[in-house]
This record gives sequence, C-alpha cells and structure tokens, in this order.
Amino acid sequence: MLDQPAEVHGEGVAPEFRDAEVLLEVNNIEVIYNHVILVLKGVSLAVPKGGITALLGGNGAGKTTTLKAISNLLHSERGEVTKGTIRYRGERVQDLNPSALVERGVIQVMEGRHCFEHLTVEENLLTGSYTRTDRGQIDADLEKVYTYFPRLKERRKSQAGYTSGGEQQMCAIGRALMSKPETILLDEPSMGLAPQLVEEIFGIVKSLNEQEGVSFLLAEQNTNVALRFAHYGYILESGRVVMDGPAHDLRENPDVKEFYLGMSDEGRKSFRDVRSYRRRKRWLS
Amino acid sequence: MPDQLLFAAEVSINGLMTGVMYALVALGFVLIYKASGIFNYAQGVMALFAAMTLVGIQEGRVPFAHLINSITGAHVSTVGFEIPAILAILLTVAVMVGFAWLVQKVVFKHLVGQEPIILFMATIGLAYFLEGVSDLMWGSEIRTLDVGLPQGINDAIDQGTFNAFGYGFFIDNLDIAAAIIAAILVAVLIAFSQYTKQGRAMRAVADDHQAALSVGISLNYVWVLVWSLAGIVALVAGIMWGSKSGVQFSLSLIALKALPVLMLGGFTSIPGAIVGGLIIGVGEALFEFAVGPLIGGATENWFAYVLALAFLVFRPQGLFGERIIERV
Repeated sequence: MLDQPAEVHGEGVAPEFRDAEVLLEVNNIEVIYNHVILVLKGVSLAVPKGGITALLGGNGAGKTTTLKAISNLLHSERGEVTKGTIRYRGERVQDLNPSALVERGVIQVMEGRHCFEHLTVEENLLTGSYTRTDRGQIDADLEKVYTYFPRLKERRKSQAGYTSGGEQQMCAIGRALMSKPETILLDEPSMGLAPQLVEEIFGIVKSLNEQEGVSFLLAEQNTNVALRFAHYGYILESGRVVMDGPAHDLRENPDVKEFYLGMSDEGRKSFRDVRSYRRRKRWLS
Repeated sequence: MPDQLLFAAEVSINGLMTGVMYALVALGFVLIYKASGIFNYAQGVMALFAAMTLVGIQEGRVPFAHLINSITGAHVSTVGFEIPAILAILLTVAVMVGFAWLVQKVVFKHLVGQEPIILFMATIGLAYFLEGVSDLMWGSEIRTLDVGLPQGINDAIDQGTFNAFGYGFFIDNLDIAAAIIAAILVAVLIAFSQYTKQGRAMRAVADDHQAALSVGISLNYVWVLVWSLAGIVALVAGIMWGSKSGVQFSLSLIALKALPVLMLGGFTSIPGAIVGGLIIGVGEALFEFAVGPLIGGATENWFAYVLALAFLVFRPQGLFGERIIERV
C-alpha cells in the first residue's frame, strides 16, 4: 500500500528527540483475542522520553489494543501478545502484571474515562497513588493535580459519576498523575467532548509534558487535534502501522490530508469516490 | 398498657434480635458481591464450615480423623487437650483466610472476565464441595458450640419491664450479645472501607475492575481480602447461630434467609444488609404474631419472600442499593 515508501515512513522518532532516550519500544507485536481473533498484525513503535507520540487511525484500527498490550490490561479481556516484544527502558515488560508496570512508571488512562463512579473525585485521585510508598508526598501531589485541574478541586467531594464528561476525563488523567508516572498511555481523551473542552484537555496534556516532563503515547481518532499537539505520529490501519513520521510532516502529507484531515488539493471530493479509492488501497496492501 | 400491645412489643424486640442474625449472613453476601460481582451461594456453607472448624479446634479434634484412620489404620480422634475459645477463634480466622486464598487461587483467578452466571455456578459447586470437606474434616455429628457467650433470659430486662408494665419481657442474653457484636463488626467494616487505602481499593474494584487494574490495584489481592472478610463475617454468624441452635447441617440453610434481606436492603449496601435484616426479622415475627393464628401459623417460612417480592416490584435496587448512576 505504500505508494512512496521513502516519504511515508519516518525514522521512528521526531527530529527534536533524536538524541533522547527511547523509553518504550514496541517491536512487531501481534495480538490475538480469545485465541482466534487476530487484532494486531505486527505493530512497531517507539516513545522517546519527553515526547508526545500519537497513535492515529479509525475505529477498529487497533489503537486501544496496542495501548492495552503495553499496559498489560489485555489479559482480563482474554487477549494476549503472541509475537514480538515490548520493552520499557530496555526491560521486557509484556509478562508483567499491570501493577508492576505502574510501579515502573507506565500508566494507562483508559478510553471512556472509567472513573470510579461511586467514589468522590478526591478518592478517585487517591486510588492513583495505590502503588506508592512515599506517603508524605501524596498530599503535595494531590495539590499539584489540583493546580493543573482547578475544576477538580471545586468538585472534589462530589461522586465522580455525577460530574460532567470533561471533569471525568480530567479526573482520569489526574488519577494517573497521582501514580507519579514517567509515561502516560492516553486513550482517546477527546471522546464525546465538546471541541472547546478537547482543546482545554490537550492544552493541559501539553503543559504536563513540558513542565512535568511526562511522556505521552496518545491514541486518538481526532487526527487534526492530535497532530497539532504531538511531536510524532503513527497511523494504524487494520492492525498495522501504515505510515509514520514527525507530526508536522504527517500534517502536510497528501494522503493523511485526504483521509484523516478531510482536506484535498483537488478540492472537495465526492464521498463515493473517496470510498472506492480507499477500498482499492486496502486491496493493494 | 394493654396485654396485646405488650406481647407485640416483646415479639418485635425478639424479631429485631433475629433480624441481626439474618443481617450478619447477608453482610457476607454484600461484601463479595460488591467487590467482585459474584453472588456467593456458598456463604451459608462458609458459616457452617467456620462453626464446625471452631468447634473442632476448641474440642481439640484431629481434622480428617476418619480419613487418616481408614488409610493408616491408626485410631486418632483428639489431640488430648482442649483449646481456649479465644485461641480457637483466632485459628479459625486463619483457616478462613487460607480458604479465601485457596478459592481465589484455584477457582476465581481462572474465571476473570467470565459471565456472572458462570461465576455463580462456580459458587454453587464451591458450596457443595465445602460442605463435603467440612464433613470429611470434622464429621457430621451435631455439636454444641460454646465460646462463653452469655445465654438464657436477661433478668434485668425481665425485672425492669415487669416493674414498669407488670409483664416481664423475655429477651435472651445471647441475642443481646449478638446485636452488640454485629454492631461493632459493621462499624469496623464501614470504617475500613471508607477510611483506609485498602478499603478504598476495595470500593474501586467494586466500581470498575478494569480501571482498578489500570491504576495498579491487584484484583487478586483485593478479592482474597473480601473473601477473607466474608469468611470472618461467616464465622461470626456461625458462632451466633451455632450457639443458639447447635452446629449442624441446617446452619448452612440460613443463607436462604439472607436472600430476602438482600433484596430488601440492596445487594451492594452494608447498612442496607443491616436494616433489611432488622425489617425482615421484626416483620416476620409480628406477622406470625398477628396473622399466624388466623391462618394456621408457619408464616415465617414465606413471609420474608413475599416482602422481598413486593420490593423487587417497586424498588428493584433495594432500600439502600447503590443508585445506578446513569448520565443522560
């Protein structure tokens, strides 16, 4: 499917992070659910320290599965990594349980928020510190989370289930922050939120990245927003990485423009043409 | 005060005391259901097993004596000395924790992510297996359990009410002790789940398994914890019922009395289990007192279920069950 291989496959890391340490390295993994359903067919990616790496693609492309394979939440859904390796700081991590990964600084914020509905916002945040042993620092970190998310402070005593979608997303990110992570796997933070809120949340992600030095691996359908905030992007289609490159290059790429950003050099195309073009493209791949 | 009213008052108070016993059993169900979504059919058998173990240890019996004898040809039955009640209780708690660990390790660890009905069937299997194990371990004879709880009529209440109303209430000391112990147990459980890190983790797991996993909470650990707590609650219930009516197979049937309590109080609420138990206890005692004679008695077998049915129709989550939070 690669019309111009030289152009669409980048070096796996954005130019400004070329010298940065690679924290997370996913090498050609294959994931099978229930022993029969092949969902990932060889996905490779790298997350450099201090970067925001975006994982893009449509529904069912395998973004969430990739993140869950890394954080090891696949097991409880009867999925398993059958081929390839996942390394964090050089250590093979695919056989560790999720709590061991959280202790190593990798935490996932799941798609659809998944706050603990019957716990208050503050209790939700505190569950994030479950694996930590430095009790004295936890209160200070709670205050820090509140400075990034002032709204959460206002709602700290409300049950999380009764807060708005945006607040729940903030609560989920704040909860992950409470584990003092080095890398956050952020799944679809824009889901179901108004554009203004999406901007707000991505803005916070950006400042967490810049000020706290947290690295992000971000799975997102909203290609436009994701490529504006990320440094590097991978595009997934049917369980394969079909394209990757620095965010800036991806935004300028004509295919990405046409299929993911809805723009085209030749002006607007009819929906029918696009569909047939995509189908032909898939056959060739 | 008219006699009828005095009788009714006495019946209600005794009903309350019985209700406390129901509540204790229901509590075990709530703990496990809340944290893992498993309806633990084996809760009643756990109470039986705990009571059998307690009596066995107290009397200094050798577990699996029959099995050992028939295999090795030896004749062991007791270790030759009795063990003080408090030590026996502690040992039994250890056995229940071990049981919780084993159940998690051998059964439920492998059933993560399965349908609730499969988990439920597993607990049915567990119930009958555990029943067999307790027979094998301690034999099937009826035993009396005495851990030193006060028994018999409370003279102070009898005298006091006699002086006040001219009619002495019959309240059993054992029931009063049960009520006090249950109150303490519930207070401790609530404090644990509200104010400790592990309690918070327990509630988090109850809300969302996946999210709990994602923040690094070990589901296995939390489940062993709740099964242990349920085991301890079963032990307390076993002690109360065992002291009252002896340790025997029918002890495991008290679980059936806990079902209407759960429907009334809600499957997910600790206070609900208590209030539900009290309502069922008083309700069935008063109903038997007022209506029983008219229709030939034995109403306590079914009254609780009728009450529970009415609740299912009008308030399916029970009195205190967690409101299903649904955002619109």
